Amino acid sequence: MSGPPKADGAADAGTRHQRVRFYQVGSHVVGNRLLDPEQRTVQARTDRSNTLTCGHRACRGCGEALGARYVLDAAMRASGGELVAANATGCLEVFSTPFPESSWQLPWIHSVFGNAPAVASGVAAALRAKGRDDVRVIGQGGDGGTVDIGFGCLSGMFERNDDVLYVCYDNEAYMNTGVQRSGATPPAARTANTKPIADHPGNRFGQGKDLPRIAIAHGIPYVATATVAEPHDLERKVETAVGMRGARYIHVFVPCPLGWGSASHDTIKLARLVKETGLFPVYEAVDGEVVGVSKIRRQVPVEEYLKLQRRYAHLFGEHGRPDIVERLQAGADRNIREFGLLDGDEEVQW
Amino acid sequence: MLRQIEGSAAIAETVARCRPEVVCAYPISPQTHIVEGLSDLVRAGELAPCEYMMVESEFAAMSVCIGASAAGARAYTATASQGLLFMAEALFNASGLGLPIVMTVANRAVGSPINIWNDHSDSMSQRDSGWLQLYAEDNQEAADLHVQAFRIAEALSLPVMVCMDGFILTHAYERVDVPSAEQVDAFLPAFEPRQVLDPADPMTIGAMVGPEAFAEVKYLAHAKQMQALDVIPEVAADFEAAFGRRSGGLVRGYRLEDAETIVVALGSVLGTIEDTIDAMREDGVSIGALAIKSFRPFPMEEVRAALEGAKRVVVLEKALAVGVGGIVSANVRMALSGIQLHGYTVIAGLGGRPITGASLRRLFDDAVADRLEPLSFLDMDWERIEAELKRMAAGGRSGPHAENILREVGIVAGGSH
Repeated sequence: MSGPPKADGAADAGTRHQRVRFYQVGSHVVGNRLLDPEQRTVQARTDRSNTLTCGHRACRGCGEALGARYVLDAAMRASGGELVAANATGCLEVFSTPFPESSWQLPWIHSVFGNAPAVASGVAAALRAKGRDDVRVIGQGGDGGTVDIGFGCLSGMFERNDDVLYVCYDNEAYMNTGVQRSGATPPAARTANTKPIADHPGNRFGQGKDLPRIAIAHGIPYVATATVAEPHDLERKVETAVGMRGARYIHVFVPCPLGWGSASHDTIKLARLVKETGLFPVYEAVDGEVVGVSKIRRQVPVEEYLKLQRRYAHLFGEHGRPDIVERLQAGADRNIREFGLLDGDEEVQW
Repeated sequence: MLRQIEGSAAIAETVARCRPEVVCAYPISPQTHIVEGLSDLVRAGELAPCEYMMVESEFAAMSVCIGASAAGARAYTATASQGLLFMAEALFNASGLGLPIVMTVANRAVGSPINIWNDHSDSMSQRDSGWLQLYAEDNQEAADLHVQAFRIAEALSLPVMVCMDGFILTHAYERVDVPSAEQVDAFLPAFEPRQVLDPADPMTIGAMVGPEAFAEVKYLAHAKQMQALDVIPEVAADFEAAFGRRSGGLVRGYRLEDAETIVVALGSVLGTIEDTIDAMREDGVSIGALAIKSFRPFPMEEVRAALEGAKRVVVLEKALAVGVGGIVSANVRMALSGIQLHGYTVIAGLGGRPITGASLRRLFDDAVADRLEPLSFLDMDWERIEAELKRMAAGGRSGPHAENILREVGIVAGGSH
């Protein structure tokens, strides 16, 4: 077992931890290392804890692996390395722990699929009873473990305002079991059980489960959405959340090349486009009130996002469904109006 | 000090003296008074430091206990019936992870039909969940078993269920000597976890295990339960030395000397069984009883040693394994492998049906005369069953069983819960 990762772990980097290496990825994804050191992302620092270390079995281009490392490295830094994680069953759990090859560099527990928020609450209760208020607790899972099977436990954790930061890595379907729809699968998306057969348009149009808004409705201290395309924004939100007490929720949009039929190298691009189309509003809320939105820098039509993914391929081409694309665009436009996502829009008032 | 006290209140006070650090609660009859009592004690500051969590389901209650125990806290919860089944996935997880959680099961029937009264269907359904299962005969023993349960659980790093008959014990006012704080502190050392979620020593708990190691990990849970066969009697002996009374252990014999007929049972029904045996002994019948105190692990050798000299064994069970009959008796028969004797399984007391002395006397008389079927049901109303079977055989939409039978029985006990 490795020793504890330290926020200032540079001294440890070559011994107990693998040395963090950087590759030129041709973008500003990892954080621009030409910036002043203080302005760099945690990911761009050689002293980051690499909480989910290399060697795990995630697919190439996995957004969830990226999201988890961004979140946990930022949380480790913000908590001074005093962090415990409770993980739901799912891709993140499976690809990280084919024992003895655990990738986790922090104390980490996996119990079952639907109880990560409650396990995290139990850890937090134990720490409180033991007077360890320096240690922070994170619960985490995919969208299935969060919006579906773990929803009861999550809502209970919110309602009690337990001292837990819960992070959902949303890749919009049950990927670990082979891409079945979840309560977070968007309309028209093809999954293994929402195939566009006959005149079915992929996943049905409905309300879905907009968990960030459900979390806000619980009146918990902090709720935020983010994508893996903007590490500065994501890390700031994690740092804010770790600095607060009570129930906190961060919903991170993480593309899944395997489940979405997208190119591995398009993971970051898709995470950027989903925000720039308005399909996924990026915002944060404090005590039940939206206090800030991340504006769209360059609005793009939803086609630009959809066409990069084979799960939407049935909407285009000779037998395409422009009517459905139009409905998806209308949904994006509604988000833009509602959250004031374009420059010059009024801040949202809830 | 002996006090006249409700069973649940005695359990709440005893659990409090075991200094749990996290108590998780979700209401379900008939265990609710226990967690209500603990809530009062926590709010009054008599149990500190302790986090009392009222959660949204039994599944969450067990999950909170899992997190708390893995973080090194002594964790406790209580449940019954549907609640125990709602926890089922987390129960297997807690034992698989080797977390020494202690839980009271206030034994209650499992629906459908929904029924709040006592039998052992709930805990018996979880006999293979990897938890130790200890059964209390009365409220004194129920209280004592909780003190022992924490010590056994933490010695073995395995979770323990203390099973006590719902209502019959939980709601009964009896004389109980609730162990004092000083006594419990002397008997129960502070919890030293075998594994703990600690940033100073980060470990991965709950990793994926494939065919290369799964069987070995599972076997270790079995090996620890086999160790419990030594630990349980040791702890019971220590308890007797410290508290001056016998409670717990693996089995307890009653008037087994030269007994040709031995009745095997678990829980509070032993009292009525022993009264019946006393009366029959006075009439010259050589009959005795064997109380099974630890159902998991199942004390094969002790059961075999107690029963091997008998001519017949009657296993009185408060649960029905639909499709085969007995659960306890299947285990008893395994213990008696190779020994020829008459074995009778009797299903009794389902859904709170009273097990009366008169019924037991008739039953035991039939057993002694070998007039029993291998599987029989105490005080079953066969007329109602025949009528319903006839309705079904007539075909068509004969309607729901429970409602059909209740219509014939009429209003007998229209109580509320």
